[in-house]
Amino acid sequence: MATPESSSAPAMEIHKKCEAGNLERTVFNHILWVYSENLHDGMRALWSFKVECDMGEARIRCRGFVYRRVEIKQDPCTMAQPLVKKDDDRDEEGSLWAGIIFFKLKLDYSPFLGIEKGAVLQEARVLMTLSWMQGDVRRAKRSRRSDSDVVTVSLSLSLSLSLSLSAIQMHITPVRFEATEVFFAVTKLFQSRDIGLRRMVYLMIKELSPCADEVIIVTSSLMKDMNSRTDMYRANAIRVLCRITDGTLLTQIERYLKQAIVDKNPVVASAALVSGIHLLQTTPEIVKRWSNEVQEAVQSRAALVQFHALALLHQIRQNDRLAVSKLVTSLTKGSVRSPLAQCLLIRYTSQVIRESGVNTQTGDRPFYDYLEGCLRHKAEMVIFEAARAITELSNVTTRELTPAITVLQLFLSSSKPVLRFAAVRTLNKVAMTHPMAVTNCNIDMESLISDQNRSIATLAITTLLKTGNESSVDRLMKQITSFMSDIADEFKIVVVEAIRSLCLKFPLKYRSLMNFLSSILREEGGFEFKKAIVDSIVILIRDIPDAKESGLLHLCEFIEDCEFTYLSTQILHFLGNEGPKTSDPSKYIRYIYNRVILENATVRASAVSTLAKFGAMIDSLKPRIFVLLRRCLFDTDDEVRDRATLYLNTLGDGSVAETDKDVKEFLFGSLDVPLTNMETSLKNYIQDPTEEPFDINSVPKEVKSQPLAEKKAPGKKPTGLGAPPSAPTSTGDAYERLLSSIPEFASFGKLFKSSAPVELTEAETEYAVNVVKHIFDRHVVFQYNCTNTIPEQLLENVTVIVDASEAEEFSEVGTKPLRSLPYDTPAQTFVAFEKPEGVPAVGKFSNMLRFTVKEVDPSTGEAEDDGVEDEYQLEDFEVAAADYILKVGVSNFKNAWESMGPDSERIDEYGLGPRESLTEAVNAVINLLGLQPCEGTEVVPSNSRSHTCLLSGVYIGNVKVLVRLSFGIDGTKEVAMKLAVRSEDENVSDAIHEIVASG
Amino acid sequence: MATFLSQEACPTIKNILLLDSEGKRVAVKYYSDDWPTNSAKLAFEKSIFTKTQKTNARTEAEITMLENNIIVYKFVQDLYFFVTGGDDENELILATVLQGFFDAVTLLLRNNVEQREALENLDLILLCLDEIVDGGIVLETDGSIIAGKVATHNMDDGAPLSEQTISQALATAREHLTRSLLR
Repeated sequence: MATPESSSAPAMEIHKKCEAGNLERTVFNHILWVYSENLHDGMRALWSFKVECDMGEARIRCRGFVYRRVEIKQDPCTMAQPLVKKDDDRDEEGSLWAGIIFFKLKLDYSPFLGIEKGAVLQEARVLMTLSWMQGDVRRAKRSRRSDSDVVTVSLSLSLSLSLSLSAIQMHITPVRFEATEVFFAVTKLFQSRDIGLRRMVYLMIKELSPCADEVIIVTSSLMKDMNSRTDMYRANAIRVLCRITDGTLLTQIERYLKQAIVDKNPVVASAALVSGIHLLQTTPEIVKRWSNEVQEAVQSRAALVQFHALALLHQIRQNDRLAVSKLVTSLTKGSVRSPLAQCLLIRYTSQVIRESGVNTQTGDRPFYDYLEGCLRHKAEMVIFEAARAITELSNVTTRELTPAITVLQLFLSSSKPVLRFAAVRTLNKVAMTHPMAVTNCNIDMESLISDQNRSIATLAITTLLKTGNESSVDRLMKQITSFMSDIADEFKIVVVEAIRSLCLKFPLKYRSLMNFLSSILREEGGFEFKKAIVDSIVILIRDIPDAKESGLLHLCEFIEDCEFTYLSTQILHFLGNEGPKTSDPSKYIRYIYNRVILENATVRASAVSTLAKFGAMIDSLKPRIFVLLRRCLFDTDDEVRDRATLYLNTLGDGSVAETDKDVKEFLFGSLDVPLTNMETSLKNYIQDPTEEPFDINSVPKEVKSQPLAEKKAPGKKPTGLGAPPSAPTSTGDAYERLLSSIPEFASFGKLFKSSAPVELTEAETEYAVNVVKHIFDRHVVFQYNCTNTIPEQLLENVTVIVDASEAEEFSEVGTKPLRSLPYDTPAQTFVAFEKPEGVPAVGKFSNMLRFTVKEVDPSTGEAEDDGVEDEYQLEDFEVAAADYILKVGVSNFKNAWESMGPDSERIDEYGLGPRESLTEAVNAVINLLGLQPCEGTEVVPSNSRSHTCLLSGVYIGNVKVLVRLSFGIDGTKEVAMKLAVRSEDENVSDAIHEIVASG
Repeated sequence: MATFLSQEACPTIKNILLLDSEGKRVAVKYYSDDWPTNSAKLAFEKSIFTKTQKTNARTEAEITMLENNIIVYKFVQDLYFFVTGGDDENELILATVLQGFFDAVTLLLRNNVEQREALENLDLILLCLDEIVDGGIVLETDGSIIAGKVATHNMDDGAPLSEQTISQALATAREHLTRSLLR
């Protein structure tokens, strides 16, 4: 980089400075830098330091001392060794220097690069850090004696420390022993009086604390600093101490922390408050005692102190709704100055609104005025936070939305990308629920399509696609086409998905949208992008009958030139199902047979299957199909030949007879067992050799749908912050294992279904209990997950006394008490009931928790010997019909519905009475039935007056059930519903109707 | 840092990164457990760097999304500044933190915002990171105050003296700020 001329000049400069004995850090660093940039010049620079050197072996001398031999040619790993070994030498300075030179030189300028080079080097690095440190400490000691170059020493020490710190950050986990030694070396630096160095020491301790047991050693030094006169020492010492401390130490320093919270220096106060926020997670009982001081700090004049105090105060009180509400009420009157604190207050306010909203359905929303007032705040941060809070209010009205949308619209034309992004992202979210409210911003949004920042442009496009009306679609498409070519794949996928939903919203516009999709399908793109397009086209074909023919042709053209085997096979499969149903099936044959000629074996095989499907469905095409299939008999691949032979025989080679039902069933019927289950069954079958043929009916049909359902669940976490850790959220599989491990229940047979946990206690009560209902063929088992939230108590012999007088068909057969329930460790007790086989018996159960309480001494953790019997009333719960229905989705509802046949169909109509919205009615019925909504039909488009919802599931006794629900809503919000049920058993169809009729 | 889940209401910063023009670390600090291992952290740094390096974030801070995180960033010469937050974080708070970090570094490096200068003053930058955010919670957002806190260097113990240096540092900070504004 540096030319010889340019860098030799500074080298001379350095020389002079060295002569003067002025070892300033900048000069020193400069040499190192020159050295690392350009070895030759570096050598010359060092030369002026009276350094003798030759390539391969550098003998570094400085001020007449022989420092270190550095073998430049060697690998850094081996180089570290001599450095470390010679550490006994008294020349600490050299150790430091050689260390850093080595560091810069070998680690390629940036101090971090070499560190990944392997574990050996890692070790070497730790040793080196250590050796510097020891050298440094000795230097520090010496410098106390001769104060001549204190500054220099502490500066290079500080730098060396920062390098070490970065090194430790990079360490995956330093070998424990070394970490301890580094730690000790660092603690010795407490002797230094330099502020900067002291602060580096603090940083070092914070970084090391997770691995050093010896934290306690620095505690006294830190406590001394905490009471120092220097504010910076105090603030930082508080933060370090709170980071590494534990409960017992905290009680010792609590007094100081309380003082610090109300300290007049804002830095100290903030440090104490923030530490309090962190400590609240580990030792809440202590921090909660600081309430008064924190309250005082909320009134502080310093902006950041107010922010931190508010955050801590809210966290202390977060479980007490009333207190939070009071806090918000008093603060919204206007004593909060800092923008950050204001943002925080807005969040708390919307939390209060969320919790109280239910009670005040009528009239104005509480605190709305405050939020609206914040829209006129001078800080953009606050304005945006308020606007966002308003848009996220539940059931927000258009009137409430308007002011928020207006300020967001102003942000759209801001010069700051961050502001534009924030606004368009929020509007995008609003557009999902209230597309009409956003339409005012459409013009501003259209100009954002050409935004430099592609994230903003994509968000703008997708928002426009959601808010656009039918007439603007064409114009929009034109704009997008030019935009698509210069964005990344990930953005394209977002756009494709938005277009898909737009097309479903305006089916009449399918033509231009489909053309758009097919044109981008022809462009360059990765697999994920192509897959998104193909999926979209398939969905459009399925949902918009008119689009079928053109869509299929687009797909055919795509597979002519498709590099992704997976997509080709998917499309061929789809073509086989849909192609024969079109007006002119023969035109697809050419595309399909081309695959047989041109593609790889996998695609050829699936093309053969597709051909066979055409042959089976359309008799007139049969002879031609046979010709093509026979050609495939000479294919080079086994699978292709096998398939061709199989299909030729099943279709009845040569004869143009009616294809019988079995063949169609074979070709088109879907495998009705989950593939993962099939796989495990087959593996088991292979493992123990038997003469019997494999029976597909032995494959379990239940789907492990839980993880999937969890993923689908909206990302927002429930805000029950202090709620007890809810029962094991594991899958039904884990339940099954748990139950079968209990001998009393092992004889009950196969677990049919486990319900989601039902809470039987309010949040924040002494004992948290929820119940999981396990349904077996002839039994039900209630699993009570209990948590003891009182640290001073130990519960023993915990049982649940169940009164089943309102559940006549059930009789209790056994219980499994819980021997002991210590504080905060969830455990289970079980009660089992017998019920008539296969019958969906329902009933209501009331519960009483009975146990023996023993006092526990919190300091020792030991329980007293005598306990007291006690009872605790739990809430009732019911076993409902939905508990007997498993949520099992089907991939293609239409096929499944048709294959079920109309014999078992039961149709009836119901009036659901006035409902708030169609969505609410749909969800109510879905929850009542406990079935799995299919094909996304549980989502009701806003403002629609009718809706069809498809559900599927498995009824107890492994009977498959499909339900088609048609809803309609009239002007007076009266909802009517038509319920059509098909199942493998008519009685089950009737049973479903009974559930609805009684529910 | 196990404190992350329950702090939903409080604005939280997931990490602050300062990378060089090749996407390599100058100084970084992670506050969340989203990237448990060093290799996960490096991978994140790499992907965010490749995603953003072609964009123009030299005059105004830019913004992007990656793996459900929002990242605001700003580039100056061969230094790349990033601040990451969760996807429901207020973007403007992140931008404020970034601006604070950037201003502080500018002041600490005496307007020479470049890699060499940064490495030579690595200790200052690390202290600067420490003063901006503590365990994910924003400590301070005003660049000159942050720089003032960090710049109390090479001064011996003793309250009046250190008070003086803080005010001195603030004076230089102010001077630099006005100079950068006038430019």
